[in-house]
Amino acid sequence: METLITIVLDGLQYSSYLFIVSVGLTVIFGVMKILNVTHASFFTWGAYTAAFFIGKFSEMGWPDAFGFVIIFASAAVVGLVLGLLIERGLLRHMYERDEVLIVLATFGLFLMLEDLILLVFGVNPYFAYQPMALLESVEVGGITRDVYGLTLIGLAALVALACWYGQNRTKWGKLLIAVIYDREMSEAMGINVTVVYVVTFVIGAVLGALGGAYIAPTVSVTPGFGVDVIVLSFAVVVIGGMGSIPGALIGSILVGLLRALAVHKLPEIELFVVFAVMAIVLVFRPEGLFAPAKPRKI
Amino acid sequence: MTTTPILQVKNLQKSFGAVIAAKDICIDVSAGEVIGIIGANGAGKTTFVNMVTGYLKPSSGTIEFEGRDITGKPPRLVTQAGISRSFQVSQVFTTMTVYDNLLTALAIADSAGLNALLPIKRPELQQRCEETLARYHISEHRDSEASTLSQGVRKLLDIAMAMVSKPRILLLDEPTSGVSAEEKFDIMDIIMDALKADKVTVLFIEHDMEIIERYVSRVIAFYQGEVICDEPPEQALVDPKVREFVIGTEHHRETQGA
Amino acid sequence: MRDRTVIGLTLGLGICAIGGYFVPDWFMNQMMFGFARALAIIGLLVLWRTGLVSFGHALYFGLGAYTVALMDINLGVTDAFVRLAGAMLVTGIIGVLLGYILRNYRDIFFAMLSLAFSMVLYGILVKTEALGSTDGFPVSAPTFMGAAPEGKYYLFVLICVVGWVSAVLVHSYLQSTLGRLTTAVRDNEIRVEYLGYSVARAIHIKYVISAVLTGAAGALTAMALGQVDPDSMVNWTASGELVFVTILSGPGSVAAPFIGSLIFELLRTYASEWAPHAWQMIVGGTLLAVIFFLPGGLWSIAARALRGRK
Repeated sequence: METLITIVLDGLQYSSYLFIVSVGLTVIFGVMKILNVTHASFFTWGAYTAAFFIGKFSEMGWPDAFGFVIIFASAAVVGLVLGLLIERGLLRHMYERDEVLIVLATFGLFLMLEDLILLVFGVNPYFAYQPMALLESVEVGGITRDVYGLTLIGLAALVALACWYGQNRTKWGKLLIAVIYDREMSEAMGINVTVVYVVTFVIGAVLGALGGAYIAPTVSVTPGFGVDVIVLSFAVVVIGGMGSIPGALIGSILVGLLRALAVHKLPEIELFVVFAVMAIVLVFRPEGLFAPAKPRKI
Repeated sequence: MTTTPILQVKNLQKSFGAVIAAKDICIDVSAGEVIGIIGANGAGKTTFVNMVTGYLKPSSGTIEFEGRDITGKPPRLVTQAGISRSFQVSQVFTTMTVYDNLLTALAIADSAGLNALLPIKRPELQQRCEETLARYHISEHRDSEASTLSQGVRKLLDIAMAMVSKPRILLLDEPTSGVSAEEKFDIMDIIMDALKADKVTVLFIEHDMEIIERYVSRVIAFYQGEVICDEPPEQALVDPKVREFVIGTEHHRETQGA
Repeated sequence: MRDRTVIGLTLGLGICAIGGYFVPDWFMNQMMFGFARALAIIGLLVLWRTGLVSFGHALYFGLGAYTVALMDINLGVTDAFVRLAGAMLVTGIIGVLLGYILRNYRDIFFAMLSLAFSMVLYGILVKTEALGSTDGFPVSAPTFMGAAPEGKYYLFVLICVVGWVSAVLVHSYLQSTLGRLTTAVRDNEIRVEYLGYSVARAIHIKYVISAVLTGAAGALTAMALGQVDPDSMVNWTASGELVFVTILSGPGSVAAPFIGSLIFELLRTYASEWAPHAWQMIVGGTLLAVIFFLPGGLWSIAARALRGRK
């Protein structure tokens, strides 16, 4: 029973952080048809920025609770700055080009940003444990768990809710769906697609950065931090359907639980099982489990 | 003595969900005929061509070519059997020159077995390439990249490539659409001369009634997925149904300067 | 046959094979790794001409490398030729099988599915003790039909010869009808089908060719390196490296991969000495520069220079 709770909670925690990171990736793909490898950079930079400032402010004697403010602020700043720089600086010149070429360009940019981190933050790891230590731990069904990890689940739920609300209840959401469906038609109907692109990209960037920033207090932030996450996010996005937010949710939960199950019961298949599922989905349902309906074009 | 028609279409039907794109089409084509297919946009002409050439699978009905059933076979096999087509939007190899387009087509047509490993620049193919370029009057464009060609030249290239497999039936989908009024007849003359020399049975979709009058011996009119007329042009063009459902709209188009 | 490419390749073979005897060991090593990898790049070049980019070719690189390692450890095979043949057989079979699936995909889906397959292998290798897990295996020095020479010169010559044979074969392949079916398929699949040839079959054949070439690359690299491990040979970063060198070399000629790969190898060695924390930046920056300013890769510079001299 305890193992079951552990697996479920571990899985949900993992799913939560995957979801926060992946939802940005999938929306960017849905709207702009770009598989953005640089998304990993938002994650890494968010984590580094948060960890760095948590450490700094802690040194200066600020209360540990302020760490939470830093986390969200880091996510916002990193997402805004990096997002705008990348979209306006690079991507906007590439929209007409081959989609695979765009992926390669974002991959190149990702590599550059990875080394830039070393220049800015140095090679030593950062461990900003303060916010996590602050929340201590709690007993759940006989096992001790960090409250911090549980709040991650809560955060993911909030993000999911915000996405649902944004997509279904706001005018912005409708614009987004129109542009995902058909960019040309949307432009013809007067929608300022450029603005939609920029705003979408920045929101995606902020969410990616938030994933990194929020997870920073639980691990040692080192170079190469974002490399594994991005491939797993790809898997999530592919499984759920590129461009689908509910797909990212289901995909994250599936991948997270699968991983937790594997880690506890069959560690040998931990890595391979996620990609096996990704391959299976691609073979039998390439659009993903929840692909947004595409109108057939003549 | 009646000879077997080269192409027999029986009760051909195609529906996309609730939309019936083709309804109970029955057509017999004899070898050597030149047939014009007319009808307003959306009447089912291209759907018909798509089904005969294998791009679409009919919902029901049969298509027999030279006595063999080719219903539902993919384009690749239909071409190998002996039916070719040209496209409304010419399908060419965009980054290759006109010469390379044709050479590639000839090579693919001659790629059975180990031939596929032979160099593409071999004398037999190169010679046939020159001949074909000359026959379709596009030799002067041989070094132009296909994406830079004018509509008329693109169409000629498209048809030249379709003819590479030496088909017995050729279906042309609007061979003169997008071509300027002056060029239309020149292009059709080139095409029809080349096809006659190869003794090909021709069916072509056309909106321009002048072209229909000049080149065909039989007119098949489509309307809302059905054949509403199948007669020689003199009768077809005065048929009241054709006047109402086809020419009426054609005339309307032309007076509008479409 | 007065084919400029073949002449150039033969000259290159002569210069390298003989020169390799006299240059310092470290440079011969660079050439070994560079030319071995070039085989994989040639394979990716064929796919690229067909309009396909694989994000998972490290699958075959790793399969080739690990086949050599396992043949060594489990069967005691040390002969370089047998090892190479084994690697090519294994990658050929897997290429045929996976090709049945992948030949129906294009663009980003082809890229992602190939990535997924390669990561499945990575996942299996990393977590399986019997397969070396993250440490991998050492590979004993190769023998050559009984001869067990000192040093790596024999292996170097083998790599050069295999490189030459592959380049010449692929070069003539590209001039055949099947070879033309690369750009033809990329330009217009419908037209190819309507000319009577199966696009799926064309892609399948090219996929298998690229798989076998990449397997050979992995096998030769394993022998040159003396070891195999998943992170440098099977991980998605390894696939990324292969794609990078392909783009860097450009699709213009089968000779380009040798130069591009050697430059990459030299760059990597120097970068790790002088600017160890800027290597990724250099790769990333170069990739972006090539995509934006030199879409034909480094080879287009050479081609322009050669043309200018006429």
